Amino acid sequence: MASRGHPNRLGIWGWVGGGSWGFERYLYTLHRLTGLALLAYFTMHIFVTSTRALGPDSWKQAMDVVSGPLFTLGEFLVFAAFAFHAVNGIRLAIIELGYAVGKPIEPVYPYATSVGRQRRLASAVLMIAAVIAVWGGLDFFVLK
Amino acid sequence: MRDRTLWTWHIAAGAVILILLGMHMAIMHLNQSLGLFGPEPLAWESVAERATSLFFTVTYVLLLGAALYHGFYGFRNILFELNPGAGLRRTIDVGLSVLGLALFAFGTWAAIAAPGAATMVGG
Repeated sequence: MASRGHPNRLGIWGWVGGGSWGFERYLYTLHRLTGLALLAYFTMHIFVTSTRALGPDSWKQAMDVVSGPLFTLGEFLVFAAFAFHAVNGIRLAIIELGYAVGKPIEPVYPYATSVGRQRRLASAVLMIAAVIAVWGGLDFFVLK
Repeated sequence: MRDRTLWTWHIAAGAVILILLGMHMAIMHLNQSLGLFGPEPLAWESVAERATSLFFTVTYVLLLGAALYHGFYGFRNILFELNPGAGLRRTIDVGLSVLGLALFAFGTWAAIAAPGAATMVGG
């Protein structure tokens, strides 16, 4: 969304530094990096899979081009990026809708923040994404 | 269109992708452990079978549209956060919209076309 009156002075640098960020800041960075990677892959994926319309020979030719250990590793990285982006996306939607951030409380010392509540959700995101990525890894490298 | 509307669509598209891409990943990449569409979903016979299914054709086009919108709107957010000027913002809006619509048109054709149809024309 366009910023109104609060220009982003840090630019891309703000993704990795520029302040004493919490752990969630790096999930934000990872969400963007995985998002860009998935978009780039998806654009190529449309062209590769469209060879279906050209018939079996074109399809098999395309599948031969994108096979081999390097492509398997690349596809696994896409799968892992998908796992993280999907699970973290659910977290973002939950937070956006106002859940899991705790109820508003009086600002009395020692000040409590909602970070402690959100942190559990962030940790759960990483664990669930890791489990899905490992499951995918089994299919990509072990069971095949 | 207002940013709030576009943002709401972005989240709604994310929910659609979560379901459809989740299915796609389970069928295509958890094929050994789940075997939902056989262990070889990339074999031509399997690809051709899905191509004749109305369910797969409809969900492919839905997923294509939702993913393109979600992806390109997300990319636009990243670019807009870098404070481009009004002219550049307009260029980004038009450029990404045209690119997204072109990819949607091409992908929809590929999803709807019967397998091998493009080489059969005139032959």
